Amino acid sequence: MMKKIGGMAGAMLLSLYAGASSAAWQLNLTTGATKSTQVIYDLHNLMMWIILVIFVGVFGVMFYSVYAHRKSVGHKADQFHENTTVELIWTIVPFFILIAMAWPATKALIDLRDTSNPDMTVKVTGYQWKWGYDYLKGEGEGISFVSQLSTPQAQIYGTEAKGENYLLETDRHLVVPVGKKIRVLTTASDVIHAWYVPAFGVKQDAIPGFVRDTWFRAEKEGIYRGQCAELCGKDHGFMPIVVEVVSAEKFSAWAGEQKKAMAAAADDPDKKWELADLKARGEKVYAANCVACHQANGQGIKGTFPGLDGGKITTGPVKGHIDQVLNGKAGTAMAAFGKQLSDTEIAAVVTYERNSWGNKTGTVVQPSDVKAARK
Amino acid sequence: MSAALDTHGKAHDGHDDHGDHGHHTPTGFMRWVTTTNHKDIGTMYLWFSFAMFLFGGAMAMIIRAELFQPGMQIVTPEFFNSMTTYHGLVMVFGAIMPAFVGFANWQIPMMIGAPDMAFPRMNNWSFWLLPPAAILLVASFLVPGGGAGVGWTMYAPLTTQMGPGMDLTIFAVHILGMSSIMGSINIITTILNLRAPGMTLMKMPLFVWTWLITAYLLVASMPVLAGAVTMTLTDRHFGTSFFNAAGGGDPVLYQHIFWFFGHPEVYIIAIPAFGVVSQVIPAFSRKPLFGYASMVYATSSIAILSFMVWAHHMYVVGMPVAGQLYFMYATMLIAVPTGVKVFNWVATMWKGSLTFETPMLFALGFLFLFTLGGFTGLVLAMTVVDVQLQDTYYVVAHFHYVMVAGALFSAFAGVYFWFPKWTGKMYDETLGKWHFWLSIIFFNVTFFVQHFLGLAGMPRRIPDYALQFTEFNQISSIGAFGFGLSQVFFLYIIIKAIRSGEKAPQLPWDGADTLEWTHLPTPAPYHTFENPPTVK
Repeated sequence: MMKKIGGMAGAMLLSLYAGASSAAWQLNLTTGATKSTQVIYDLHNLMMWIILVIFVGVFGVMFYSVYAHRKSVGHKADQFHENTTVELIWTIVPFFILIAMAWPATKALIDLRDTSNPDMTVKVTGYQWKWGYDYLKGEGEGISFVSQLSTPQAQIYGTEAKGENYLLETDRHLVVPVGKKIRVLTTASDVIHAWYVPAFGVKQDAIPGFVRDTWFRAEKEGIYRGQCAELCGKDHGFMPIVVEVVSAEKFSAWAGEQKKAMAAAADDPDKKWELADLKARGEKVYAANCVACHQANGQGIKGTFPGLDGGKITTGPVKGHIDQVLNGKAGTAMAAFGKQLSDTEIAAVVTYERNSWGNKTGTVVQPSDVKAARK
Repeated sequence: MSAALDTHGKAHDGHDDHGDHGHHTPTGFMRWVTTTNHKDIGTMYLWFSFAMFLFGGAMAMIIRAELFQPGMQIVTPEFFNSMTTYHGLVMVFGAIMPAFVGFANWQIPMMIGAPDMAFPRMNNWSFWLLPPAAILLVASFLVPGGGAGVGWTMYAPLTTQMGPGMDLTIFAVHILGMSSIMGSINIITTILNLRAPGMTLMKMPLFVWTWLITAYLLVASMPVLAGAVTMTLTDRHFGTSFFNAAGGGDPVLYQHIFWFFGHPEVYIIAIPAFGVVSQVIPAFSRKPLFGYASMVYATSSIAILSFMVWAHHMYVVGMPVAGQLYFMYATMLIAVPTGVKVFNWVATMWKGSLTFETPMLFALGFLFLFTLGGFTGLVLAMTVVDVQLQDTYYVVAHFHYVMVAGALFSAFAGVYFWFPKWTGKMYDETLGKWHFWLSIIFFNVTFFVQHFLGLAGMPRRIPDYALQFTEFNQISSIGAFGFGLSQVFFLYIIIKAIRSGEKAPQLPWDGADTLEWTHLPTPAPYHTFENPPTVK
């Protein structure tokens, strides 16, 4: 028991210079980049002080008793077994301690839940296993992209040294201006995810079919990293969040670039594609959306995710194949990609799947076919 | 006291030989299949729960091995998810709950002066439902798609994506629920109807009180869980949309239903643990339990409050502020009766005459670490702080302090405490103390550092993590392997004691004063209290 006290004291000493230690030995909450995180940090510290006092009080008495009231030192047992006054005191006093805790907690909660009057609104959509961002209101309105893990598989499976931001890096960052109130709407397309960025003090479940909201106002420019915080299937651990907070000018420049890039990248939905081009495009779509389950070699994972090489659907009628990709398959992890991918992308990936590995159907699916299938 | 003991001891001498009490009593394996004796059934519950404890522990070892360093080394992410799922389900439903039902079976009749449980055949059936449920859980790893990777909470709509392993798990939960409900009805009936003359409710040992309250919690909450998983089943196969927004349902509804069961479940596990500790601490303090009546009232208040706080598990699903405030206040309120219990235990020790045999060590370990788990519970009750900590390793640390250092340590205390009464043998005190110190040190090495991981923002249920979490994860994994081995050591201690333990004295603990110690010989004969004792 005495060893325990030593251990506790050591841990508390350690926490005293938590600020000086590196990120690897972080012992307390982050003070983060928003006022909310500071409020949460302070409230947590207040709690820890109150708890420490109670802890020392209760276990001081217990360990004194362990030390002084031992049989081996000849202590004879008293036989008292109740005392109404004492019992009333230790029932009523905790009420007041709790009220002292509840007061600041209530104030903080009411402030932190106030999502009114935002400068900008961004919709965050959880997909298995990536995040979609849509700038709904404010500067940058109309920008829309999907962001996913950019750590290479080789790092995860240990054939390559792990980078500094291992598992916390994405191909696209959510870019927001500094000092602006950003309202975040969360939703999901398949299962429940949670959008969690510790440095903003934000965690909000993303629930399929419902929209929830939260907000943050980053005070410092920089790159902030978070992760999905609700178990969402196989790659739950592999869907990070990266938010880049930049100055107002930089944000305007970024938003302008994005809009231009989106206009340039927009596919002509009536274009007639050749097999080779479509297949090349489809390979990229496949790598971004399908490979996690169906695997690069099209074999899937036995018993969990069906193989596409020689699959019933990928070599069967085209209509069924397009339908599967557009609408998903209920009751399985196969998502409906109709809302995530454009007609061209779906045409490309279907074409790719029908003409890769052992599949040699020779079918070329045009974007117009997909458009027709959507109706 | 000794006169009473002699009479009863003699009264039983003619009856307690196994061959004697019935011509057609089966022996060997069939004895255990057909037994209606509360002691046999209690023994089976305890061994079953220990087997499940090792099974669930093995899965924990796989989890900690994979998390020993960043990167995927040992298992696939899908398999990792099924490990977290079945580790939780097996430990909660297979290990901890049956262990305390085992204690209830052995102890309640002896402590209230009853000859057996009220419904001996139903008692047999309650136990024998458990092995098929365990087989279903194991079998879900063998069907196509493997075990369900959904977490023990089985949140919709992830459950609709799983293979047939999910269905087997659902059926296992149904069966476990039936077993619990029958066991509870049996316990309630036994306590309310079979008490010896003079054993008024407010004279019952606290362990019996805690089980009476727990049994009501079980009867009220297990059907709710059964409902939740049945809705999951029909959503999966029969076209319903309880939890599917596209069909007019709501995924969050599942969470409300689950936690309406899930929070009382926490106390279903904790309250019998309180009961065991409330027997052990007075016995080794040689002093009556302080504040008996307030203990009863505090336990009842905890039980009632446990039905009013469920949504504190759901602070980040997007409830209205008013809802969050209500659940925060209600949750904080639980600290009051829990505090009363802790104060009472400490006051029981105060000015006692303390000795520290293994049961007392585990009870003190419980008291110390369970209280730490209570403190972190208070931190998590604060909605805004919980926003940072929900679904991180802080929560994992918190509930392992409550479940392992709380419920499991109390079960160890109970086993060491009643082992002489059950078997007539003594365990090796030195080895028992080793078991305690290894357990408590490795427990803290494993779980204390997880608080820091959570505070730094490491989500739970991830098979791989960012580099800044490496150090604490390594410490935690080393602790977990040590803790796992310590429990294999416990098995050795128990087997050694059964095979070659010294003969236990009639009253191995001088402070023990409940009926099983004062009115029955050690070991307790096969049939006890065929004539009820009179309690003054």
